[in-house]
Amino acid sequence: MKPPAFAYERPQSLHEALEILAREGAEARPLAGGQSLIPMLALRLARPTLLVDLGEIAGLDELSLDDGTLVAGAMVRQRRLERDPLVAHHLPLLAAATRLVGHPAIRNRGTLGGSLAHADPSAEYPAVALALEAELVIRGPGGERSVPAREFFLGPFTTALADGELLTAVRFPLPSAATGWGIAEVARRHGDFALAGAVTLVERAADGTCARAAIALFGVATRPVRATAAEQALVGQPLTAETFHEAAVRATEAIDEPLSDVHGSAVYRKQIVPVVVRRALEAAAQRVQAT
Amino acid sequence: MERVPITVTVNGRRISAVVEPRMTLADFLREELGLTGTKLGCEHGVCGSCTVLWDGAAVRSCLVLAAQADGATITTIEGLATDGTLHPVQEAFWEAHALQCGFCTPGMVLTAVALLAENPNPSEEEIREALSGNLCRCTGYQNIVRAVQLAARHERADT
Repeated sequence: MKPPAFAYERPQSLHEALEILAREGAEARPLAGGQSLIPMLALRLARPTLLVDLGEIAGLDELSLDDGTLVAGAMVRQRRLERDPLVAHHLPLLAAATRLVGHPAIRNRGTLGGSLAHADPSAEYPAVALALEAELVIRGPGGERSVPAREFFLGPFTTALADGELLTAVRFPLPSAATGWGIAEVARRHGDFALAGAVTLVERAADGTCARAAIALFGVATRPVRATAAEQALVGQPLTAETFHEAAVRATEAIDEPLSDVHGSAVYRKQIVPVVVRRALEAAAQRVQAT
Repeated sequence: MERVPITVTVNGRRISAVVEPRMTLADFLREELGLTGTKLGCEHGVCGSCTVLWDGAAVRSCLVLAAQADGATITTIEGLATDGTLHPVQEAFWEAHALQCGFCTPGMVLTAVALLAENPNPSEEEIREALSGNLCRCTGYQNIVRAVQLAARHERADT
């Protein structure tokens, strides 16, 4: 249960970090908050030759608003997202999702970017990014590129990040004032990984029906997925318990490769998907502001 | 592997050392500083036994490298009592019979200290949520929760 030997560098700038990663190649791993990587080292599931600690790079832990978008640096600690007034005011969904990530001691060290780049299929942030259609800002030797969340998560612990690239920030578009949000998950204990979870956004049209809906599932498939059939079932419908029930049932159609492990079988996970979707939709409907 | 120089403040003492990159903060505290009050249960971030305070916030010392702690201020269970007087949370654990084998106790106490520092009047639910990352295999949770409630009452009475 001790990590294998590795070298350690703590660059002071993004430029320096990218240079080290380019030099070392695939055997180097960036170290953000370490709350997933260090257990993987201890269990020897990962054996990098070099860890590049991103903890002292200036500018990676900033939070700002930019033209209807919340821009969060990859090294923003989860605990800060839970409490920051800017997040609470403009994107309370992100704060609520954060409270479901691990335990306080994990969130004190864990980062937004670390969780996204780790891409655990049961994690909350990837589903939040997918529901909000966030853009992931990536820096590499060739410069900066931006990848939409739907193209970023490729499979379990697999993302669009190439060797030598770093996730530097996330751009979350703020939902309209007429949009309500919800997040619900089933886990054995508070802080455990979800056996099934859903993030929902429901936009209400002037006539009270659903103008737009986003439903992202986590903990049930090899990566976070949008439940498009369920979303379509909502559009144009009144925001009632019956509509939500019907949409929730259709959410399982999005799961092509169900997760199944000792914590929850595929059958069980699929069975509770409609439950978490319904709960998250009802929460979203309650938060919708009348327009 | 090239060793890394660090300077950390542990229980008020400033310490400079040179560590192997793979050494966790928990091993540094236990092996290099002899502070064996910090317990290692699972060593992969599940049990919470190795919880210490990092600039006042609870962290799992098995999930941080000693090298990352360069410049940090760490409080371990050994740093809570002052001049032989137990910290109010330690006192409350004693009073409420909140420990049996004692292995989880340092982590539980430090988690409770961090909770009460930011929320002096937590509900039972908030206490349970805060402690949910700390396992007690003696299943002494009832009394641990009572101890935190007792500590909160005592600390409020003192201020």
